[in-house]
Amino acid sequence: MKYMALIYSDPALAPAYGTPEFGAMMQGYGALNAAMKTAGVFVSAEPLQGIETATSLKVRGGRAETMDGPFAETKERLGGYYIMECADLDEALRYAAMIPTASYGTIEVRPLADYSR
Amino acid sequence: MISGSDPALTPAAPDLASPDLAASIAKLARQDRGRLLAALIARFRSFDLAEEALQDALMSAHTHWSRFGMPDNPQGWLLTVAARKAIDRLRKSARDRQAADEIAHLAASANEDDHDIPDDRLRLIFTCCHPALEAKSRIALTLRTLGGLTTPEIARSFLDAETTMGQRLSRAKSKIASAGIPFAVPGPEAWTERLNSVLVVIYLIFNEGYFASQGETPLRQALCDEAIHLARLLDRLRPDEPETLGILALMLTIHARRCARLGVAGVVPLEAQDQALWDKGLLAEADALLERAMARRAPGPFQIQAAIAALHSQPGPRDWHQIVLLYDSLLRMDANPVIRLNRAVALAEIGALQPALGELALLAEPLATYQPYHAARADLLAKAGQHDAALAAYDLAIRMAATKADAVFLEGRRTEVQ
Repeated sequence: MKYMALIYSDPALAPAYGTPEFGAMMQGYGALNAAMKTAGVFVSAEPLQGIETATSLKVRGGRAETMDGPFAETKERLGGYYIMECADLDEALRYAAMIPTASYGTIEVRPLADYSR
Repeated sequence: MISGSDPALTPAAPDLASPDLAASIAKLARQDRGRLLAALIARFRSFDLAEEALQDALMSAHTHWSRFGMPDNPQGWLLTVAARKAIDRLRKSARDRQAADEIAHLAASANEDDHDIPDDRLRLIFTCCHPALEAKSRIALTLRTLGGLTTPEIARSFLDAETTMGQRLSRAKSKIASAGIPFAVPGPEAWTERLNSVLVVIYLIFNEGYFASQGETPLRQALCDEAIHLARLLDRLRPDEPETLGILALMLTIHARRCARLGVAGVVPLEAQDQALWDKGLLAEADALLERAMARRAPGPFQIQAAIAALHSQPGPRDWHQIVLLYDSLLRMDANPVIRLNRAVALAEIGALQPALGELALLAEPLATYQPYHAARADLLAKAGQHDAALAAYDLAIRMAATKADAVFLEGRRTEVQ
């Protein structure tokens, strides 16, 4: 089953670029990616740029309305994701717990919908 | 022969009269539901299919057994027939070639003439109590699949409408399927957390039965019995887990005092209970369980709570110093406000009334909506001679009382202070 791990966190709590904590976090991500690839769990993963770069859009009455900023105003923002191929939810949760941001943010784990089945 | 089967269930006369037969089938359905469902879910990986197939098999049992008598191994018969019914249902709903292949494979394994039912209930317990399910759904699903309660009974126990409870159960089952919650016993890396999730479900079931959060009936015996039954089952399937022994000892100790707990004038406080009404057999069993647990030298919150409950159940004056020490170690594992409240009450008992009131002041905010906080605070204020404050706290506690018995008891206390 494919699962998506959505990585949410409050940017104010993230370790600052250049600090030893930041270095440790990046190393943690490197180790996790390697572990996932070895186990055949890794499908894809990308970090996102900050929400100051976000643009939201909706189409109403045939007209596109574009807005600065993210769709929802919350403290914790989506910062990146993993797609993982796992046997079951327990395996997906085991890998999600290894995501370094989980120590100060929240990881939402959801199965991908598979309409071919 | 199936190991652990109830002798009362073994063969009856072939020309069983139909009301007797119906009763026997109902009894089977109640007692062996968990084991049969677990075996079916292990094979078909679907809660819904397993439940429907078992239902079908029970219907067939009525027809067949009234004609040909009860089989030697009714549980084995039910499992074989339920497996065939499940395959029939799968065939009817199969849409593609791959599904047909899977079904053929399942059908082949169903025809093996194997009457031994493997015990897959441990896997079922961990699936039903998976932390990815909502807390109330874990309770409901565990009671429905492993306990002997029907959906209407569970709904009544939790004061929910039957349809609401039905929807809750079907949402939980559909999340198990769609989110890929495994039908498996967790590995060592998740064991402690997952076992705790199971124990918390069991304890919530027990508490709901014992302290009945709402309504007029303070003791809903069936829920207490179910919780104890589940803990015993867990201990049988994975023996000697210290926290499982701890929760069982805790529940048995509390349960042993049930007959002394309710008087004509509401709930009877521990110090006023007639100890002759305590169930000495259960208390002795709880002691032995706690000793077994402590021999494993892996203390945990349920063992400590069991030790505290055991001290409360000693004949004669209570050892409050020891109780305070136990609360201290409990707080080191779990710094929750309810435990702090209980520790403060024990502190007051050893004469530290002012520190106890000081601690209660700190808990005013987190426990503002917790009725026992106001009841305990009223008692301590009364002890400290602060009568007006005590009366106000009693009024609040009486207004918030969940059961009539609790309110009656507090009104009595309030009158003494006046």
